[in-house]
Amino acid sequence: MGLAVKKHPVAIVIYVVLAALVVWLFLALWPQWLIAAIGPKKVFVNTIFNGVTLAGLYFLVASGFTLVFGLMRNVNLAHGSLYLFGAYIGYEVANWTGSWLLGVAGGFIASALIGVLLQIFVFRRMEGDDLRQTLVTIGISIVGADLMLAVFSGNTYQFTVPALFDGAIATPIITAVKSDGASVVMMYPLYRLIVLLAAVIIGIALWLLLNRTRIGMMIRAGVDDRAMLSASGVNVQMIFAIVFAIGAGLAGFAGVVGGTALSIAPGEDVRYLLASLVVVIVGGMGSITGAAIGALLIGLAEQIGLAYFPTYGVVLTFVIMVVVLAFRPQGIMGRAA
Amino acid sequence: MTLLDSKSLATALSGPTRRLPFDAGYLLLAIALLLYPMVASPFFTFQIGGYTLILGTIALSLMVLAGYGGMVSLSQMTVAGIAGYSIAIFGTNASGVMGLGWPWWVAVPFAILIGATASALIGMLAVRTAGIYMIMITLAIGTAFFYFVRQNYAFFNGFNGFHGVNAPTVFGIYWRDPVPFYYLSLAIATFFFVAVSYMARSTFGLSLQAIRDNPRRMRAIGFDVAAHRVFAFFLSGVIAATAGVLLVWFNGQITAGTVDVNAAIDVLVVAVVGGLRKPIGPYLGALLFALLQNFAIDLIDPERFNTVIGGVFLLIIFFSPDGLLGLWERIRTTTMSKSLRPALRRKPSK
Repeated sequence: MGLAVKKHPVAIVIYVVLAALVVWLFLALWPQWLIAAIGPKKVFVNTIFNGVTLAGLYFLVASGFTLVFGLMRNVNLAHGSLYLFGAYIGYEVANWTGSWLLGVAGGFIASALIGVLLQIFVFRRMEGDDLRQTLVTIGISIVGADLMLAVFSGNTYQFTVPALFDGAIATPIITAVKSDGASVVMMYPLYRLIVLLAAVIIGIALWLLLNRTRIGMMIRAGVDDRAMLSASGVNVQMIFAIVFAIGAGLAGFAGVVGGTALSIAPGEDVRYLLASLVVVIVGGMGSITGAAIGALLIGLAEQIGLAYFPTYGVVLTFVIMVVVLAFRPQGIMGRAA
Repeated sequence: MTLLDSKSLATALSGPTRRLPFDAGYLLLAIALLLYPMVASPFFTFQIGGYTLILGTIALSLMVLAGYGGMVSLSQMTVAGIAGYSIAIFGTNASGVMGLGWPWWVAVPFAILIGATASALIGMLAVRTAGIYMIMITLAIGTAFFYFVRQNYAFFNGFNGFHGVNAPTVFGIYWRDPVPFYYLSLAIATFFFVAVSYMARSTFGLSLQAIRDNPRRMRAIGFDVAAHRVFAFFLSGVIAATAGVLLVWFNGQITAGTVDVNAAIDVLVVAVVGGLRKPIGPYLGALLFALLQNFAIDLIDPERFNTVIGGVFLLIIFFSPDGLLGLWERIRTTTMSKSLRPALRRKPSK
């Protein structure tokens, strides 16, 4: 600690000031000039909360995408379709059993199964041929989207949030003080915080799986040298199938969790495919940490754009991507190709 | 005797030596295309003929990048859309937004220039990466443009876009009438077809193909790899933008839906299904696509068009990586080797 202060005194001071500023923005009552400049505090805090919880959802989708790419160099452009498929199956299961948790499990398992089938029947057949793999997954996503439209129609589906997670909770953030002196506390939907919590748990679990378990060791070895891993007696195809199942399953899981927070409808597959693409391009392909950073940046940018300059919100996301590409083509946490 | 045999065999196998792609087959094709409107109904001339030529030209712009440059871009429809929007914005439209009313001979070159410049800018970003990364980045750019025009009402009139964007009337001919439009599209498609065939043999085209095959070696012998790639994006942008102008005239309108993700992917489907190795490939793919789009309704449920086209796309990728072109070449080689078989069998007995 002392060494770091000595080494980068200016940077440390800037970080501390910035952190203090952020804490102050959240906890203090805003003075009039600040409200005049960027609007009421409630909008700001809400936007940041929405951004961070959306980032949680983006992380759930993108982590599977980046996991598959990291090990197998497979760009699965059908990842959005897996998201939507998991959401639909999860909805049916939840409807049928009456249990939302079983719906989540159903979404995970259904997408994981499709993922394993994809790995066995598509990717294994075209190993090393990136372009063909990409094209095939594009074809699958076209057909998949159309078939899902045929089966589930163009209606919007809405999960019922389980009673345990429903409603809003009071946050310790005071947004304003009424004229009679009572303070107004910000309320926030509990479910969105649960999504964020789920993302954090999944993120930590993935990190532990990759860095602290035997199978994680094999996966990391496979990333570095697939042939050597195979030569040392590991069934590489088995590892690939497992990783693909986890990656695809996470997309289905995110489908149910995200579909509960927002809704499920045709076209969501493209939206989440795009989100995963941008998140991993910004964060760096193949890196779980990168996916977290990218999701946070993109989630915040999207919500801030939506709240403060609605028409140009998309452009903000795009600008982030351009800036990252201009300075680090491999993404923030990516390794040079 | 053996010398003569092996020589004639070699000629039979390789075909006559061709220096230009204009052999008898192409001449016949040209005549057929010129005479086509005389036998075809206006529907076939306009909806099938005109549309195939436009779509084929947009796919040709992808073929230049992917086939010669090894760079698969999913933003070709975006470039075409940028040119199309420029026509609506600088020319006239019936939506009451923008429409600066420039005459067509100013608006069209300007729109093409804007489209090509946009393509070069996309290229500058995209060439920082390669392969699958490039697909993702160009897809992200295309989708961002789609969401942007859909939300922006000040310049792009949002979801509704611009309608009533009419082709000009020049020399007393209204160029959106089926037959004039067909010939206009044919002229432009032919021009770019010949230009691309020429480009492939030019110094630039050869360098581009060499860069596709081995960028490191080309960099080592002093070629500016990035500049070549960006210039390829610019050239393909000119092609896509010109086709984009035609597309607006064809539809009479441009909306956000024109540049959505499906449209971007359709271009890739058309180019890959046709074949990325020769300039004729994209037009073959476009013909198949236009026919399927118009007649799949009669074969199956019209709602399931995407399943059919996606299925065709998957079949082609699985069984013929070089698309219809590859299929055609494979058939030709098998039939050729069949006709050669008696000659080969006779050889040892002699």
